[in-house]
Amino acid sequence: MDRFLDTFFNAEVLARYAPSILDGALVTVVLSVLIVLSGIGLGTLLACLRAYRIRPISFLIVIYADILRALPPLVVILVAYFGLPNVGVVLSASVVLYLVLTLVLAAFAEEIVWAGITSTPQGQWEAARSTGLGFTQALVWVVLPQAVRMVIPPLTNRAIAITKMTALGLVIGVPDILGNASTAQSFSANASPLTLAAIAYVILFLPFVIGSRWLEARFARPGA
Amino acid sequence: MARSPETTPTLEVRALHKAFGSEPVLRGIDLSVARSEMVFVLGPSGSGKSTMLRCCNRLEEPTSGEIFIEGDRLTGPGVNLNAMRQRVGMVFQSFNLYPHLTAMGNVTLALRRVQKKSRAEAEAIAAEALDKVGLSDRARHHPGQLSGGQQQRVAIARALALKPTVMLFDEPTSALDPELVGDVLAVMRDVKAAGMTMLVVSHEMGFAREAADRVIFMDGGRIVEQGPPDQVLGAPTHDRTRAFLRRFHA
Amino acid sequence: MDAILQQFFNWGVMAQALPLLLKGLGMTLLICAVVIPLGALGGLLAALASTAQARALRWSAIAFVDLFRALPPLVLLIFIYAGLPFAGLRLSPFAAVTIAFFLNNSAYFAEIFRAGLLSVPKGQAEAALSTGLTPAQTLIWVRLPQATRNVLPDLLSNVVEIVKLTSLASVVSLGEMLHAADLVRSVTYNASPLILAAGLYLLLLWPLVRLIGRFERRIAG
Ligand SMILES: Nc1ncnc2c1ncn2[C@@H]1O[C@H](COP(=O)(O)OP(=O)(O)OP(=O)(O)O)[C@@H](O)[C@H]1O
Ligand SMILES: [Mg+2]
Repeated sequence: MDRFLDTFFNAEVLARYAPSILDGALVTVVLSVLIVLSGIGLGTLLACLRAYRIRPISFLIVIYADILRALPPLVVILVAYFGLPNVGVVLSASVVLYLVLTLVLAAFAEEIVWAGITSTPQGQWEAARSTGLGFTQALVWVVLPQAVRMVIPPLTNRAIAITKMTALGLVIGVPDILGNASTAQSFSANASPLTLAAIAYVILFLPFVIGSRWLEARFARPGA
Repeated sequence: MARSPETTPTLEVRALHKAFGSEPVLRGIDLSVARSEMVFVLGPSGSGKSTMLRCCNRLEEPTSGEIFIEGDRLTGPGVNLNAMRQRVGMVFQSFNLYPHLTAMGNVTLALRRVQKKSRAEAEAIAAEALDKVGLSDRARHHPGQLSGGQQQRVAIARALALKPTVMLFDEPTSALDPELVGDVLAVMRDVKAAGMTMLVVSHEMGFAREAADRVIFMDGGRIVEQGPPDQVLGAPTHDRTRAFLRRFHA
Repeated sequence: MDAILQQFFNWGVMAQALPLLLKGLGMTLLICAVVIPLGALGGLLAALASTAQARALRWSAIAFVDLFRALPPLVLLIFIYAGLPFAGLRLSPFAAVTIAFFLNNSAYFAEIFRAGLLSVPKGQAEAALSTGLTPAQTLIWVRLPQATRNVLPDLLSNVVEIVKLTSLASVVSLGEMLHAADLVRSVTYNASPLILAAGLYLLLLWPLVRLIGRFERRIAG
């Protein structure tokens, strides 16, 4: 038991590295917030563009969404981080992580919001158009609000899953929770920093996981 | 086209044809509705009643033919469709209220986003419209909190608030429980009394007899017979009309 | 333009990397072959526990699921692979990967099966029980088939997620496909092996992604 405590909850190590993990937590939080905002924003925008049913544009959007949903994010991160500098584009690790995860979340969000748009009843479009709203107005004021409401649970789940991937920043040296914890672990030759990291992630994400459970119950599909 | 306003029909449909693919649904409809007239449209299922109505708002694009609102062209290229649509109110069988907005929000949406009225101005107009349909006290309710009859009255208020020239009703009461039909018909009666021009598809024969100025019988995409309600409903001249009516009296 | 081709689509480098990548792909598939059935089974058990009558059982199942949905899989993997040795428990990369992904995926499978089980009307189980089926038979022959059908797109998309997840094993130097690709990249200073790996992932997963879309449309429509 003593050995267990000493390995995973070593008070001295915990105290020494807590500040660094707290710094990492800030990076994780900022990255997560930015990724969620821009990823869902971009995805919604693409879903709206697709609603105009302009063939070449829809085609490109579908290809984009398919590819980024099929590729492991870590592959994209490595390509961007190690490949781009050789063609003259030098981005910091944090920026690469932000961009890649934003693009990945946008791909999923596009598909999810699009599913919401297509399952909004045709009568809603007709009612809106019959009162003189243009296509864009009907989309923005009538269809999109309903579509987004319908897809809040899957969107939340996907946003959580993808913001958790900020931990992948470890591989390219982003100083987030896991990155700092991993450094601390090798300096201290003790597992406590990793325990601290795990706890930090649970504190950050568990409320959202529980929240998503609540959302799912609230938005439960009728008829089940 | 130098016609005086008194003789210009409020709604005029000329040689309207509509086909879905190779399937002709409307085969030449000519119809003119005078100001403040209520025209009732009857006909068997699939005869093209809804399609005709939807063409009058261009929710369906006519294959050929022309439609005019107070002499202004609705069909053809170069028409400001969204502006014209505000002159043609539409009431749907399934209400089609926006579930995410309150009754007030449903009525004010087009006022604010199309007519660019201020919120206060739009709400004043909407309050008046909701009052006309007897739902002032339900303005802050969402559609899910209203009965079917109340929802349809909000939908009527939504169309009414835009002060349309003509209103189209596509089976406004057929999705309602029988005990709620009366409220909606009463509102339609009031709307007519206020001088609205109305084109109504409905199977409410009693209401047709009492309130319609003219009844049209459609079959196979054509107008087969028309005239005053007593004549068309009481002494129809065509076999198909008779056959259709017999099923209702049976 | 030339630089881009040279850097990302260098056929020579790709040809050199291909044998190693295919070997890595074998490992990727091996991880999947172990983790997918185990995760599905664990998830099913957790789902049954989370819909059980006994309150303690229900809540511990939900706590398990939520904990592992909150914890990034890479954190779990590093903890198991790099943390446990300090306590004297040294696992091979493969064992560490399997355990970490099993825990992570059981949680996701559990949520999906749970939704599926809840989507089957109560009357179905009642009808089965009324004809004399035992609760276990009712589960196997009546509830599970319907539950699985109702959440088939979600199950498939979780499988896609697992295949993508295997790329994390490269972090603990398990020689799966991404690890192989990154190895070649680091000696050639060229990103083409990564692009090749991306291409192979697409080859593997794109059909599945399309298939899921097809299923989802059919269920919505
Ligand atoms: N969007 C469409 N595509 C193809 N065919 C259509 C479409 N809309 C209507 N139709 C066809 O056109 C015909 C007339 O339909 P319409 O809805 O106008 O009939 P209706 O007189 O309103 O019938 P009901 O009393 O059942 O409402 C029907 O045969 C219908 O199947
Ligand atoms: Mg109809």
